[in-house]
Amino acid sequence: MATLEVAGLEKSFGGVRAVQGVSFAVHPGEMLALIGPNGAGKSTCFNMLNGQLRPDAGTVRLLGREITGLAPRQVWRLGVGRTFQITATFGSMTVLENVQMALLSHHRRLGGLWRPVARLDAAPARALLGRLGMADQAERPCGILAYGDLKRVELAIALANEPKLLLMDEPTAGMAPQERVALMALTAEIARESGIAVLFTEHDMDVVFSHADRILVLDRGRLIAEGAPAAVRADPNVREVYLGSGAVTGAH
Amino acid sequence: MENLLLQALSGLASASSLFLVASGLTVIFGVSRVVNFAHGSLYMLGAYLAFTLVTQLPRGHLGFWGGVVGAAIIVGLIGVVVEVLLLRRIYRAPELFQLLATFGVVLIVQDLALMTWGAQDLLGPRAPGLRGSTEILGLRFPLYELFLIGVGPVVLGLLWLLFHRTRWGTLVRAATQDREMVGALGVNQRMLFTSVFFLGSLLAGLGGALQLPRESVNLHMDLSIITEAFVVVVVGGLGSLSGAALAALLIGELHAFGILVLPKITLVLVFLVMALVLVVRPHGLLGKPEAAARGGQGSAAPLIGPAPPALRRLGLAALAVAVLLPPFLGDYALSVLTEMAILVLFAASLHLIMGPGGMASFGHAAYFGLGAYGAALAGQWLGAPMLAGLALAPLAAGIFGLVFGFFCVRLSGVYAAMLTLAFAQIAWSVAFQWVELTGGDNGILGVWPDRWAAPKLVYYYLALVLCLGATLLLRRVIHAPFGYALRAQRDSTLRAEAIGIDAFRIRWLGFGLAAAAAGIAGGLFAYAKGSVFPTYMDIPRSVDALLMVLLGGVHTLSGPIVGALALTGLQEQLVRITDYWRLVLGSIIVLLVLFFPQGLAGAARARWEARHGDA
Amino acid sequence: MLSVSGLSAYYGRAQILDDVALEVGAGEVVVLLGRNGAGKSTTMKAIMGLVPPAAGSVRFDGAEIAGREPFEIARRGLGYVPEERRIFTELSVLENLEVGRRPATAALRPWTPERLFALFPSLGSMQDRPGGRMSGGEQQMLTIARTLMGNPKLILLDEPSEGLAPVIIERMAEAIRALKAEGLSILLSEQNLHFAQAVSDRATIIEKGRIRWSGTIPELLAADEVREQYLSV
Repeated sequence: MATLEVAGLEKSFGGVRAVQGVSFAVHPGEMLALIGPNGAGKSTCFNMLNGQLRPDAGTVRLLGREITGLAPRQVWRLGVGRTFQITATFGSMTVLENVQMALLSHHRRLGGLWRPVARLDAAPARALLGRLGMADQAERPCGILAYGDLKRVELAIALANEPKLLLMDEPTAGMAPQERVALMALTAEIARESGIAVLFTEHDMDVVFSHADRILVLDRGRLIAEGAPAAVRADPNVREVYLGSGAVTGAH
Repeated sequence: MENLLLQALSGLASASSLFLVASGLTVIFGVSRVVNFAHGSLYMLGAYLAFTLVTQLPRGHLGFWGGVVGAAIIVGLIGVVVEVLLLRRIYRAPELFQLLATFGVVLIVQDLALMTWGAQDLLGPRAPGLRGSTEILGLRFPLYELFLIGVGPVVLGLLWLLFHRTRWGTLVRAATQDREMVGALGVNQRMLFTSVFFLGSLLAGLGGALQLPRESVNLHMDLSIITEAFVVVVVGGLGSLSGAALAALLIGELHAFGILVLPKITLVLVFLVMALVLVVRPHGLLGKPEAAARGGQGSAAPLIGPAPPALRRLGLAALAVAVLLPPFLGDYALSVLTEMAILVLFAASLHLIMGPGGMASFGHAAYFGLGAYGAALAGQWLGAPMLAGLALAPLAAGIFGLVFGFFCVRLSGVYAAMLTLAFAQIAWSVAFQWVELTGGDNGILGVWPDRWAAPKLVYYYLALVLCLGATLLLRRVIHAPFGYALRAQRDSTLRAEAIGIDAFRIRWLGFGLAAAAAGIAGGLFAYAKGSVFPTYMDIPRSVDALLMVLLGGVHTLSGPIVGALALTGLQEQLVRITDYWRLVLGSIIVLLVLFFPQGLAGAARARWEARHGDA
Repeated sequence: MLSVSGLSAYYGRAQILDDVALEVGAGEVVVLLGRNGAGKSTTMKAIMGLVPPAAGSVRFDGAEIAGREPFEIARRGLGYVPEERRIFTELSVLENLEVGRRPATAALRPWTPERLFALFPSLGSMQDRPGGRMSGGEQQMLTIARTLMGNPKLILLDEPSEGLAPVIIERMAEAIRALKAEGLSILLSEQNLHFAQAVSDRATIIEKGRIRWSGTIPELLAADEVREQYLSV
């Protein structure tokens, strides 16, 4: 069964049709890239998947169960992790505490008024950070972390509730080329190991073509191509609206 | 019928005056994001200066109108001085700190006005050429009111042209969003900001000066107008001129007709309307969601951790003094100490909302007062003993905290703060006007402790145990998952929701908890004083709570504790040694904001960390 | 045209720039390469006066500008295009351009909205649209156009290709070549080596706040070990 199934998704903003008739599916362990020009509707699409936006029409199903219109926190409880284009972490907490929060929330222990957080879920949080190569940064405040490290913290947070689906909005934006490749390689490894389906948007074609199993191309709210990287790269329509000649971007 | 028309016209005249003041406030807020509490003081100065100029200048058109315009320009220049000397230095400070600084200016101006013009009300001359009245539908209506009705729309039109049809206006609108970028494009943004302050202050001064023929000039004009102006600006939508015009119209007419229909409710009518508007439209009538203005944001809040050993030792020493010293003190000193213990809890409870919660409350006194009234009413009507009263106090405050908080915590920033103020004013006016239940202005007397707790020393220890216990409990909560969840939604609501945290619910429960804690403080205060009055929940008490938290520092719980002790000690001493205690207190606040922008405890902590090389 | 030497800067107690030196000649395009957090943006902000330089000299067009206010530096003919675009979302395209407008001082041909719409045709078709309702690529073009309205002699372009679709990046490269042809000097910061080499004359590599390498683009392409060590490509 597909992890995520999207059918006929629609969204308009003040008369402008941002997303129209988008349908696709993601399968366990698969890395699916969503690419397209700026303003093509990628973020709108993403925000409808995890409940930040309510679609005007269409359905979103997670493991066969309809989740259309649920609030982000309900979608998360059902097993959807999310990283943001501009990282969102708790700046007044350490790396470890950030991950602990996700774990505590997963275990529904956030109502606690008495036992200090320091003693709760620290060991599994450390283990998760270790898996992402962040163990030595555990005690540092998130507010002073380098951007690439923040992206890893976000990934750790997103993995805390053992998700079935990961939504990553431009996961490597603002990172150096090698960091980008390393982060996505790690993501792909974890996804395959645990059978997590990954849907990500990305502008770095090096990342897309080396890590995506399949690619969706969105233009002006519509899917214009879908398929294996080689096929999408060769599609003249995609070259015209998005990839260009590849001379200055590495998309050749 | 005719009566209604006259009433409507007089409502229009009030609306017009209100708009002048509110437009200046909203223009200044729009650009600088400074919530300028001192705007009412500028209005008052406009009225006083106009009085002086008009009575000194030769009589006649030139003398009067020259005096009015002259006063407005002088007030504009005073605004420039305040901006250059004070506000310019704190644009990067958090919003509430700026509010604190401008509140310091309010206190300073009050005493300066008292020194210059004295305490008695001053009556100005009427406007030459507009002294008489005219007939409208057979009824006489003062010409001057008619003139005022015209002023509002004219000013609105001129401001619109200024902002949309001049280069200056375009630059100002750009700076509203990103002041640093405007500077990088070659615009002298300091001059730009100063000129905006000149304009905004001039409008406040003009509003005040134009009141000269309508009402007497007095020392209470500043605070009475600032509350109304804030209501107008918030109801209209912060930064929106047309919103302010619409809201001024609404509030002006409400006043005019409220007096006819329900005279009893006038005190609270505007706040009821504001609460209603904000519940339905969280950003006011014509406001937009507040985008964080760039270039003015503080950095992330610091981590919380165990108290540094030095602080721990200091705390234990203070505790030892608080426990061991009192048996050797007299009754007066014991009352002061009891009050201090109570205010520490009061400040700590507000800190939970403002620090970890990241919300602002301008109406925290409501829960203090509700606790006090809860205990007193239980004693008076049910004959409840003291301990039952003290148990009821947090219950009453907590329940109302949950009810009011249900609406308040949905809003953000200044809007949330103003809605808390509205609810506090509603609570206050119920206490003030439901005389049958609460005794109104006369309060409830005879709220004495049970016999065993009657000696001052015993009551002091009871208050100390309860207040200290509750404060330590709050600290425990801050370090527990619930407190972390509060900080999580403050740091990033987006991330919090994305990991399953119901931000609304956490804020709501946090608000209720803080209200309950304030209720304990209120209940203890009632038995300490032996009486309860509506002033327990008025604006000055809410401001006191804000002052305590901000003076001490919002980031650690030690902040409000230090702030509460410092403020009560300071006020106590100042009132005793000088008549001009406001001037001194205001100056101290301004200096603290300028030199200790993290609050007293924050500054001490920063110094300690610098010395110990801890990041 | 622009000569930076010994420049250092701090955020709080953390040193971000350490003894940075670089040169941009008249009519030249120089790219500042480096990883995220290497100090590229801070170098640009320090030149522009947005981050106060703790030490060092920034000479522009013959005058010392280190320690001056950003608006004074801008008035001398230094234009700044920030990484995060920072357009005025409530203002229309034309109003955004108006904010940037300054009288021409350079010997270069003065910019007008019409000339800018010729350079960025998509902007011409949306003159009255509020900046907030434009796509990322359009916003990036507007922020460059807005800076050009100040008629600068040199512009600082902070990561212009970040977050843009490949086709838009190609158009951006064409625009930069056109600006160079006009005689404008450009200091560019980039992580995208493909893009950088397509538009630049020289490159300077920054790493952990220090300049590690400087040379021409052909030299950089020949120096495999430099690219490997600092750019990890």
